[in-house]
Amino acid sequence: MPTVSLEVNGKPVKAEVEARTLLVQLLRYDLGLTGTHVGCDTSQCGACVIHVDGRAVKSCTMLALQAGGTKVVTIEGLARDGKLHPMQAAFKEHHGLQCGFCTPGMIMAAVDMANRIPNLDEKTVRHELEGNLCRCTGYHNIVQAVLAGAKAMRA
Amino acid sequence: MHDFRYHRPSSVDEAVKLLAGKSDARVMAGGMTLIPTLKQRLAKLTDVIDLAAIKELKGIKVEGKAVTIGAMTPHHEVASSIAVKKAIPALAALAAGIGDPHVRHRGTIGGAVANNDPTADYTAAVLALNATVKTNKRSIAADSFFKGLFETALGEGELITAVSFPVVDKAAYMKFANPASRYAIVGVFVAKSGASVRTAVTGAASCVFRCAPIETALAKSFAPEAIASVMIDGKDFNSDIHASAEYRAHLVRVMAQRAVAAAA
Ligand SMILES: Cc1cc2nc3c(=O)[nH]c(=O)nc-3n(C[C@H](O)[C@H](O)[C@H](O)COP(=O)(O)OP(=O)(O)OC[C@H]3O[C@@H](n4cnc5c(N)ncnc54)[C@H](O)[C@@H]3O)c2cc1C
Ligand code: FES
Ligand code: FES
Repeated sequence: MPTVSLEVNGKPVKAEVEARTLLVQLLRYDLGLTGTHVGCDTSQCGACVIHVDGRAVKSCTMLALQAGGTKVVTIEGLARDGKLHPMQAAFKEHHGLQCGFCTPGMIMAAVDMANRIPNLDEKTVRHELEGNLCRCTGYHNIVQAVLAGAKAMRA
Repeated sequence: MHDFRYHRPSSVDEAVKLLAGKSDARVMAGGMTLIPTLKQRLAKLTDVIDLAAIKELKGIKVEGKAVTIGAMTPHHEVASSIAVKKAIPALAALAAGIGDPHVRHRGTIGGAVANNDPTADYTAAVLALNATVKTNKRSIAADSFFKGLFETALGEGELITAVSFPVVDKAAYMKFANPASRYAIVGVFVAKSGASVRTAVTGAASCVFRCAPIETALAKSFAPEAIASVMIDGKDFNSDIHASAEYRAHLVRVMAQRAVAAAA
């Protein structure tokens, strides 16, 4: 079987995988990082969004082997020293979740957009969230949380 | 997904060698179409040749009156390129409207153009801007590149290396997007260069096409009113749960008018 070497949440990882193994399968099954969810498995919902070399991607639509040599960050990699990342804290504060299934992908997408776009406004946040579906919240509180989290990230 | 052998060549030559003589080998760009296709077992491949490590396929160059985009350049890079925004703002705007940010981070111009999805956005830009598709073997004019549903002029062992877009006087792209995927239900790209006007329509039929009645009317007068009463023949248009052929025909005119009004 081919092997893949990459960095996951700051730690080097080496694993034997089948060529067809998806990155999300490597994360969840081999590394036990089950914070990254699979909602649709058809590239639509964004529950599986993680960062690869600093960019939000859908880990259900990437082979583990394609991630060879990259730096991956998952939801588990955001908190520092037991303290929530400002975007996580904002989702909690603003009730940006109900069942929480979409939340890891939402937060990874939100951190990515805050990193790319300096002055987020509501319209931009809604456009940027087009690849993340939530069946519970109606998005209102998610948008509020992203705006607050982005602001806190700059503080 | 069936299993396959995975390769990651570092040059186009090496990729072409890996493809040679294997009928079920395929190159992969970002995998944004190929991986879903493999997951659904719509394709069974022996070999997947990942183009991601080939540096010569990446990047954007603006030289003289042309913008050349390497095949492996992701949509996000085109959308945020200051050089593209300045030279052909409509092209950057089109790239910014493809799918969602995660898809734009992985999906590439080469993959989108090679795939020739009937509802893709880039194909309309290639055709309306009269771009040239560069391959490892030759240069192909836009008018002879798109051959039909998911079909192109690319031959066996032929890879897109770049797409070169001439800078035009004015251009704009307007799409009526599917609210779930953002693919075009109907998208119209209008480009004006001197006295010549080219209009490409995507989403409406089985393959992107130029719309002669709109081009003729706009060549006389480049204004939304000039095409207000143009009749669009929708008899061969797609009809599905999203829109009937008749509705798509209506949308072609409306999107074309909006594109003309927005052209910069
Ligand atoms: C959720 C979602 C939403 C999307 N929304 C839109 C949208 O709104 N508008 C739109 O236009 N597109 C949309 N797309 C498509 C996306 O933008 C990609 O451009 C497209 O899927 C191609 O992806 P890719 O570049 O990763 O190519 P791949 O999937 O890797 O490859 C696609 C095909 O092209 C071939 N290929 C790739 N590169 C080359 C090359 N250099 N030379 C020759 N052949 C090559 C491959 O062999 C394969 O057959 C969407 C995709 C998804 C998953
Ligand atoms: S699980 Fe990846 S997009 Fe839905
Ligand atoms: S909180 Fe339940 S899907 Fe978003």
